[in-house]
Amino acid sequence: MTQSYYEPKDLADFPNIGEFAPEEAKKFFDYYAQATGPGKLTEREKALIALVVATVRHCPYCIDAYTNKCLSLGVDNDEMMEAVHVGAAMVAGDVLAHATQIRKIIRKKGM
Amino acid sequence: MSSQMALLSGNCGGESFSAVIRESGISPLRADGIEILQMNITRQCNLSCRHCHVEAGPDRIESMDRKTLELCLLAADTHPIGTIDITGGAPELHPDLPWFLEQAARAGRRVIVRSNLVILQDSKYAFYLDLYARLGIEVVGSVPDYRLDRAERQRGKSTFLQAIASIRELNQRGYGIPGSGLILSLAHNPSGAYLPAGQASLEHEYRFRLREAYGIEFNRLFCLTNCPVGRYQDYLVNSDNFDDYMCTLRNAFNPAAVQNVMCRTTLSVGWDGRLFDCDFNQMLDLSVNSGAPKHIRDFDYNKLAGREIMILDHCFACTAGAGSSCQGELTPS
Repeated sequence: MTQSYYEPKDLADFPNIGEFAPEEAKKFFDYYAQATGPGKLTEREKALIALVVATVRHCPYCIDAYTNKCLSLGVDNDEMMEAVHVGAAMVAGDVLAHATQIRKIIRKKGM
Repeated sequence: MSSQMALLSGNCGGESFSAVIRESGISPLRADGIEILQMNITRQCNLSCRHCHVEAGPDRIESMDRKTLELCLLAADTHPIGTIDITGGAPELHPDLPWFLEQAARAGRRVIVRSNLVILQDSKYAFYLDLYARLGIEVVGSVPDYRLDRAERQRGKSTFLQAIASIRELNQRGYGIPGSGLILSLAHNPSGAYLPAGQASLEHEYRFRLREAYGIEFNRLFCLTNCPVGRYQDYLVNSDNFDDYMCTLRNAFNPAAVQNVMCRTTLSVGWDGRLFDCDFNQMLDLSVNSGAPKHIRDFDYNKLAGREIMILDHCFACTAGAGSSCQGELTPS
């Protein structure tokens, strides 16, 4: 049996998350549309930001949705990969920045 | 039933188009007049694009005869049909096209030729540049992408810069230049198994990139969703993208687009004079039905103007997102 918690077809069910909480879902979707739609940043720039967040957060649905959206918007393959490296660098920087905590404790505990 | 039709009749893992529009209260889908007579005059083409729903190419021989061309003119001349839209294949390869354009453009009628642009760089067909300008023909040129590599992945090697050269020559004649009255539209369609973005956003990108890189101009961009018919269906099946693409189309169904689908105001004529609701149905051999005449020689405006449209699951391509037609988006993006 090949089953997974993550099924591509589940993405189609996303608009139905309001089934048991319609008001909250409506507010979320209104907010989502406002936040990801074109504003002072273009739709293209926002799609790239969303793709990086999706990758950093390891969300397969969002990676699928935003890779397709970037392709639709004419984002180049190398632009997508360049953007993902910003995410990767941020994650690496985030990890390494926490090394300062290690160093702080080492300094405190050492004689 | 052809294998292409069979694949589109299998519900593709979800509700059929007919069930979806019935639930949306838009069934049956009926024509609402005939504003555009779209004529597919030849399946011959100098290119063999990978997405082509016509499966056009150099070896195709289907071509509309003079008698059928005359019947199309008669239908347009004697009824309130404002636009003749000529497609193929490469329409320029049809030997009667110059004659037909002279006849069709009389009395200031809107006449559209859908050109792959590449053919206009062939010295045998370059005269069309002047003919189009003299007759005020509206040109819709295929430029699937503003980047050479993505465009040529779809249309073949050495096609992109030839299309750019043709746009430059059309610009020199006034096409795409504000105030000239000569309209040059470009047609975008994705080079892969995904949907096009909003027209406004891509038009901005096309205009900026093409102007910056090549110094060329155009009036507007039409974003076309690839229809899962012909070579594009083959591509989807062979690349294991068919089910996923159909699912994407179905999930993006937009009831607002259904009201404006092109088949409601367009009648499509095949090379042999047979009548269809659209060029896609023509390639599926799905002719008009429900009592409407099936051939241009039996043209009956009243019966055809209110005919019920023949639908299958490929119709999801015209109703996805902002909708898609030969005139681009159907609803504002």
